[in-house]
Amino acid sequence: MNSSYNYAFFDEGSKREIRRAILKAIAIPGYQVPFASREMPIARGWGTGGLQITLSIIGRSDTLKVIDQGSDESVNAVNIKKLITLTTDVPVTNDAEKATIIQSRHRIPEKPLNENQVLVLQVPLPEPLRFFEPSEYATKKLHAEKEYSGAYLILFDEIIRLGRMAGGADHPVEVNGRYVMAPSPIPKFDNPKMHESQALILLGAGREKKIYAVPPYTKVASLAFDDYPFQREKSIGQTCRLCGASGVFMDELTDDETGSTSYQCNDTSYCLERMNSHDA
Amino acid sequence: MMHEDTVLLRAGNLSKAYGNGCSRCESPEARNLEKNYCPHCGTVYALQDVSFALYTGEILGIVGESGSGKSTLMQCLYFDQPVTSGEFQLNSYKGGTVNLFEESDQVKRYIRNYHLGKVYQNPMLGLKMKFSSISNIAEKMISAGHRNVGVMQERASELLSHVNIPAFRMKEAPQNFSGGMQQRVQIAKALSNNPPILLLDEITTGLDLSVQAKVLDLIKTIRRDFQITMMLVSHDLGVIRMLADRTLVMLNGRIIEHGLTDQILEDPQQAYTQELVHSLL
Ligand SMILES: Nc1ncnc2c1ncn2[C@@H]1O[C@H](COP(=O)(O)OP(=O)(O)OP(=O)(O)O)[C@@H](O)[C@H]1O
Ligand SMILES: [Mg+2]
Ligand SMILES: [Zn+2]
Repeated sequence: MNSSYNYAFFDEGSKREIRRAILKAIAIPGYQVPFASREMPIARGWGTGGLQITLSIIGRSDTLKVIDQGSDESVNAVNIKKLITLTTDVPVTNDAEKATIIQSRHRIPEKPLNENQVLVLQVPLPEPLRFFEPSEYATKKLHAEKEYSGAYLILFDEIIRLGRMAGGADHPVEVNGRYVMAPSPIPKFDNPKMHESQALILLGAGREKKIYAVPPYTKVASLAFDDYPFQREKSIGQTCRLCGASGVFMDELTDDETGSTSYQCNDTSYCLERMNSHDA
Repeated sequence: MMHEDTVLLRAGNLSKAYGNGCSRCESPEARNLEKNYCPHCGTVYALQDVSFALYTGEILGIVGESGSGKSTLMQCLYFDQPVTSGEFQLNSYKGGTVNLFEESDQVKRYIRNYHLGKVYQNPMLGLKMKFSSISNIAEKMISAGHRNVGVMQERASELLSHVNIPAFRMKEAPQNFSGGMQQRVQIAKALSNNPPILLLDEITTGLDLSVQAKVLDLIKTIRRDFQITMMLVSHDLGVIRMLADRTLVMLNGRIIEHGLTDQILEDPQQAYTQELVHSLL
């Protein structure tokens, strides 16, 4: 632990200020709370929003897991873990079950999370209406009036042009029957995991200076139409070539030489754990 | 022609100022009637005590030179701009008993979705240029609570073919369309929720004469097929003569003359209107 920095990098005043934004976000599920996003020793757009949340809530009894698109070992995940462990004394784990704080980019772990855990998601674009309405002043009004035609229009236009709701990630959700929110670029496959999640979910956008939250046991519904219901990516018949899992989110691999397709769990620690338990 | 003598829309003493005014222009009497702005503080009095009624089934023309306040009037009635003061009643909403300017944003949105349709002078303001034309029509329906893609797509295609957008181009975004086509998509959009009133602002400005003629013909067929009441803004008396039953003449944010269109064209009372009519002849 590097003791020339305050515990968890930030001074206590900064942490308290960010925690106040987090508390407000929890009190108004799905509502984007503005916060004074700080300059971080990693570039904006590389998870600074999530990192600021994690640093503000982390304490000596925590165990940390960081994943980037399903992998604990990617450069980004490793860098974020390094910064956190240099300035705190928390142990790091790959096991989603053992972690108390899981910071993630683009995935929710396959193992169901529990009440003792906090999931921190990194968010590049927090505004689900942005493509429809470029002005922040205008989108704030639309949220205040619960006027979400724009979010539906974006999906409608995909159906008209492409025959289906084609966007694979960041499919908008309605939280607690009130605010429509961008779930961050998690695959549609992960959207239902947010519904009635036992773990608190915190979302942070560093560049856009917003924090929002889904408290435990909150209703989260993916937007859809009467005749075009929400559908996860189909994984029927796909099994992981390494651990044999099915019904989880898979990466599709194409063999350059034979051109044949195979599948592999996207959540690598989940996959590894299954393989290890086979061996035992 | 007026089918019934029932008032559908009433505007009373509608005023709109751009700017906060100053001690020199506070009272209307102190303002120079020749101009619509205050030379001391630059406040523009775009509408000054505008009152009129719109009757069921008619096309009411609004004519006046550039800057006379025509677009501002349309924007205020469609709640694009807040008014400074005045009243606005629709007899289709609570029997015309409430001043809609004083209602909540939700009520105003509801009025825009169900009671009014608007075609903007500038199609950029009326359309989402990057969304498909079908989606542009559906936007108003979604906003009105529709959640069935099939129903909306069918309605949108029907309306787009009514304004002569060929089926194979309906999925295209209006940014690829000519000005005339964009205006026709706007007209289809305005009709999507079957409103009793259409507000049309300079729908032929900037179009070739032959394209203008087609758009004007379209307005005639729409009036026949949808039996809809319209307010039609134009600075072109030819357009007004062709379509409007009655006409309001605006100058410097005020209505200076009103009456049957034929009467105004044949026997204008105000000097300004006489000049306007003579310039047409
Ligand atoms: N957003 C605005 N801010 C300030 N002044 C404005 C604004 N919009 C319009 N005005 C002014 O209000 C007056 C009325 O403008 P408006 O656009 O209503 O005229 P118009 O009759 O529609 O003219 P045109 O025939 O050129 O379309 C003009 O003096 C204009 O400069
Ligand atoms: Mg105008
Ligand atoms: Zn003044």
